[in-house]
Amino acid sequence: MRAEGGLLPAGVDTPAGLAARLAELRYLADDGLATAAFLALKLHRPLFCEGEAGVGKTELAKALAALLDAPLIRLQCYEGIDASQALYDWDFPRQLLHLRAAQAVGVGSVDALEAELYDRRFLLARPLLAALETSPVVLLIDEVDRADDEFEAFLLEVLSDFAVTVPEIGTIRADVPPVVVLTSNRTRDVHDALKRRCYYHWIEHPTFAREVEIVRLRVPAASDRLTAQVTAAVHALRGEGLLKPPGIAETIDWVEALAALGADHLDPALAAATLGAVVKYREDAQRAAAMDLGAAVARAVANG
Amino acid sequence: MGSGAGAGAVGVLVALGIALRETGVPVAPDRVAEAVRAAAELDPTLRADLYWAGRLTLCSGPEHYPRYDAVFDAVFRGEWPRTRRHRPAVVHPRPLAAQAATPPGDGDVGAGAPVPLRSMASGTELLRHRDIGTLTAAERAALDRALAALALPGESRASRRWQPAGRGRVDPHRTVRAVLRGGGEPWRLPQRRHRTRPRPVVLLVDVSGSMSGYADALLRFAHAAARRRAGSTEVFTIGTRLTRVTRELTSRDPTTAMAAVGAAVPDYSGGTRLGSLLARFLDEYGQRGTARGAIVVIMSDGWERGDPAVLAEQMARLSRLARRVVWANPRKGRPGFAPLAAGLVAALPYVDDFVSGHSLAALEHLARVVVGDADGPVRTRSYREVFLDA
Repeated sequence: MRAEGGLLPAGVDTPAGLAARLAELRYLADDGLATAAFLALKLHRPLFCEGEAGVGKTELAKALAALLDAPLIRLQCYEGIDASQALYDWDFPRQLLHLRAAQAVGVGSVDALEAELYDRRFLLARPLLAALETSPVVLLIDEVDRADDEFEAFLLEVLSDFAVTVPEIGTIRADVPPVVVLTSNRTRDVHDALKRRCYYHWIEHPTFAREVEIVRLRVPAASDRLTAQVTAAVHALRGEGLLKPPGIAETIDWVEALAALGADHLDPALAAATLGAVVKYREDAQRAAAMDLGAAVARAVANG
Repeated sequence: MGSGAGAGAVGVLVALGIALRETGVPVAPDRVAEAVRAAAELDPTLRADLYWAGRLTLCSGPEHYPRYDAVFDAVFRGEWPRTRRHRPAVVHPRPLAAQAATPPGDGDVGAGAPVPLRSMASGTELLRHRDIGTLTAAERAALDRALAALALPGESRASRRWQPAGRGRVDPHRTVRAVLRGGGEPWRLPQRRHRTRPRPVVLLVDVSGSMSGYADALLRFAHAAARRRAGSTEVFTIGTRLTRVTRELTSRDPTTAMAAVGAAVPDYSGGTRLGSLLARFLDEYGQRGTARGAIVVIMSDGWERGDPAVLAEQMARLSRLARRVVWANPRKGRPGFAPLAAGLVAALPYVDDFVSGHSLAALEHLARVVVGDADGPVRTRSYREVFLDA
């Protein structure tokens, strides 16, 4: 029923091949993540990514969408999200209009009218249903740990059978299962039943050399010297035990900010002026200001 | 299915599953089948591909990775499978209570001589105000039963979810249905309002040496809270390290739960590094959401081995995240108590409620404080009821 290669693009038959194609799209995946994505595409399993904020969990979904040339449907989870916001909802105003119109021209049978009212055309597809009805598509269920645990029950049917059951209509099933990426920041433990249906991968902060590569791909306008120095400074900051250690997203922001100011290397005055791009707490800013960033940068660049 | 993985690879993955389960990683049997399926799609003759196929399917948290790496190496060195049978799931109770029943050698408590319980019912009142650190084994058993009956309903807050209500906002779903039934006439406008959910409660229980007389009772209190408010209560122990014991406390039976905690907590009766452990709690759980909007209860005597300045800084952080911070100090119940412990002095400015927690009555008071109703009635099943059926 499914194609031999699953949803893998033509010509990709190993995780390394997939990593190379993602790299062309400016997303660098390490072995574990490339293997996880490879298997997720090939065997139609959801991919559950956890990791610190800003390590590129959401970016992975975007890169996969670009790779497959498929739309990305994003479901941002929040507390209290429920079926009518995630799965489907009925279009009440249109239902009422239809009812009035039917009355104006004279109603036939009440049963027929009711069946008409609960027709597919009055059903509003929310992200999960929309993803099942689109193909190919990448479905990103972002920060699933923010939703409450009742919500996970909705996800189970969607993620194991790729189907949604609407009582008035029946079960709507995806012809080709969507590529699903779930992300979590670990604010709470997501239920095992949900994790069991997925491949699980914890994304670490990248090594210095890899992060330099990533930033270079993302901010080609910045000089190599600036990129290496800023990455080194961010690595030094991560080792300082900050309240909110900066992620890759912050490194990229900082390099972009400095490049926009025309800097080709990191000098202390500019670093202090743009620190707000990486450090988001007052306590952290004080700690960063007290650090000798220049020395840390010199050390890291020499080692890295 | 899995025919492409080869018998050798299947054997390795099955052995991995069993070995991981023995180290405490919860591996459901279907995950092993999933691992085999994944390996079949990769190159199962490559060690790296087998490694990733196993890790992506058998692990469900970064804390499993070190154990996975160790087990994977052992399996590859041929040390697995061993012939030993899989250990049965029975947990052997660790004699926490027995160790705690002998009062710590402070000497100044005064109630060292055990007061025999004449009858259960009349003994309860006496017991209620006794210092937990000085109880005999029999009294302790009675206390444990009373703690098991304690309810901790918790404050509630508005959820984003809706429920039908007599008054509130118009509920479009039910209105349309009513209109349909009424043949198109909007004859009734059903309403809805936001549901309420229990506000999360986080309990941090100090299990260091200076708390040894109280830790068991406080953990039983935590057990009562976690069981009755499943899903909205988190329990951590702090000593020389931070351990999350919410899962261990889900067992219905207090003795089994205490045994599971005993097995999970490696640092009973060690020293305390309150400040750095609070920092770990906030980094790994609190700031990400566990402490946000929650009622955080710290049960500790405030004896800090580390730098009190670190504790003060972390308490400030905590007080900005949590809705309320409650500090329960068993020593507060002693006559002549003054908050002199360095850690406590540093922490108190950030504490909303400072209560004791040295006796059953004090723990009941604590339960009421957590609910946000310090003067209200105790919410428990009646003690008489509990003791009569005991």
